[in-house]
Amino acid sequence: MSKLKRVFTYAFLGGAAFVSIFPFLWMVVSATNKSVDVTKGRLLPGSHFLDNFRKLAESTDLWTSLWNSAKISVLTTILAIVIASLAGYGFEIYRSRAKDIVFSILLLSMMIPFAALMIPLYRMFANISGSLPAIGIDTMASVMLPTITTAFLIFFFRQNSKMFPKDMVEAGRIDGLSELGIFFKIFMPTMKTTYAAAGIITFMSSWNNYLWPLIVLQSPEQKTIPLLISNLGSGYSPDYGLIMLAIVIATLPTALVFFLMQKHFVAGMMGSVK
Amino acid sequence: MKADRTGLSIRAKSNLTGWSFILIAVVMIAAFYFYPMVQALILSFKTGTGSNLTYTGGSNYVRLLSDKTFLTSLSNTFIYLIIQVPVMILLALFISVLLNDSKLKFRGFFRTAIFLPCVTSLVAYSVVFKYLFAADGLVNSLLMKLSIIQEPIQWITDPFWAKITIIIAITWRWTGYNMIFYLSALQNIDSSIYEAARIDGASSFKQFTKITVPMLKPIILFTSITSTIGTLQLFDEVMNITKGGPGNATLSISQYIYNLSFKYTADFGYAATVSYSIVVIIVLLSILQFKVAGDKK
Repeated sequence: MSKLKRVFTYAFLGGAAFVSIFPFLWMVVSATNKSVDVTKGRLLPGSHFLDNFRKLAESTDLWTSLWNSAKISVLTTILAIVIASLAGYGFEIYRSRAKDIVFSILLLSMMIPFAALMIPLYRMFANISGSLPAIGIDTMASVMLPTITTAFLIFFFRQNSKMFPKDMVEAGRIDGLSELGIFFKIFMPTMKTTYAAAGIITFMSSWNNYLWPLIVLQSPEQKTIPLLISNLGSGYSPDYGLIMLAIVIATLPTALVFFLMQKHFVAGMMGSVK
Repeated sequence: MKADRTGLSIRAKSNLTGWSFILIAVVMIAAFYFYPMVQALILSFKTGTGSNLTYTGGSNYVRLLSDKTFLTSLSNTFIYLIIQVPVMILLALFISVLLNDSKLKFRGFFRTAIFLPCVTSLVAYSVVFKYLFAADGLVNSLLMKLSIIQEPIQWITDPFWAKITIIIAITWRWTGYNMIFYLSALQNIDSSIYEAARIDGASSFKQFTKITVPMLKPIILFTSITSTIGTLQLFDEVMNITKGGPGNATLSISQYIYNLSFKYTADFGYAATVSYSIVVIIVLLSILQFKVAGDKK
């Protein structure tokens, strides 16, 4: 590599890294500053973190929203990976022509944009509200149900099931395990990495989901964290320090999950194009 | 074949077990994707407000073609698509090629930093960008301090710059995501191919266009299709950065559907018609992208 090229490479990557990181730095720094200082463009940490935090906790439903988001994301993730892994395993281990056709039809659902589903889904849940209020509009269940099962996740688990040694299924049968027993006692523990990757992807998308919760959740005590942030950001005289703090808090869980499990995350994304 | 006490052969029984494994997933996808999809098609032939809907034949589809707001949202979405997707893909490719050099220092740092935007939620980063790009925001004051501009740019309130702001925002959020795919694919290319090319005197640019791009074609196709589908569904960013304004200068199709259903007097039938336009466009563009990628072989 020539010297000029090396200088260019480092300058370009340095610039790209700076542009990528800067909004994070600004948001963390701003969370410790007064609103006026944020508008003035202060780039140094201030002493208003606790003040912002107190105001945020007092003037908004921060804790409720965080709790709602946590409940929805954790439950969605658990249900999603169980249902999708059962299906991915089922498609691969008990392969048949008919199942292959069903699988191809399921894959077609990946092409359907959410915009085309949201109105009928909204009407569906509005109708259910009358007879089954527990899963109707404005409930946790209505947010979760349409997002739990995706063809992508089933595809992901099927792809990874190909690497699962099929002899182990036979060995399990000889040992007298039931078919479900083989799945839970052999498949699940062997495929830990796959589960981790699927879990991260599902948790992040559930935690960050905005449009569907915006439509089905109406009362303030049901709101999730993205809805809270969107509301804070649309006010006429926004308190910037406070909003930035809320954004930092909302980003922390997904950033943490990402950093703790970076390897699995990348593996998970690659699983989708294998 | 041996039959057990249920009277079924082992093969048939195993087949049945297989179906039970996939049952929940099939039911869920049928209920929350295919059933609503059919419902949307039926709805698109009805008009009325709220739940008072009556069949009116194809009148919604006629309305669609002369609806100025729809045409604006459609052209906005295509402007995002035509500018943003190629720029982002080239940028991601370029960065990943630079990062693929094993002699490069701080590779891990660069990769993590450039991927970092992907951990934020679309809403969170949109709100941050709204303030960064405000008329009296940090981006303007920085550009003015560096004497690049004399007056603040009206990022959010000027129809042209508002579109640019949305494009910058999406590029910031997704470049690193695409980069990861290219990086992993690059690592699978045998480095001896590059060595042979270098010995033959091929320039870096030649190596990029003759080796890297053809080798990565399946992944480039995959990322361009997912990016296209993503851009056609754009909602969170416009909703939180510009609210679709000024005027309808940044309005996306998804936001228009949302407005038709939940902001204006709810016209679910017409909203469903607009939503079908996205389905048709996604199918057509995906076919086109496959064709383009296939022909070059």
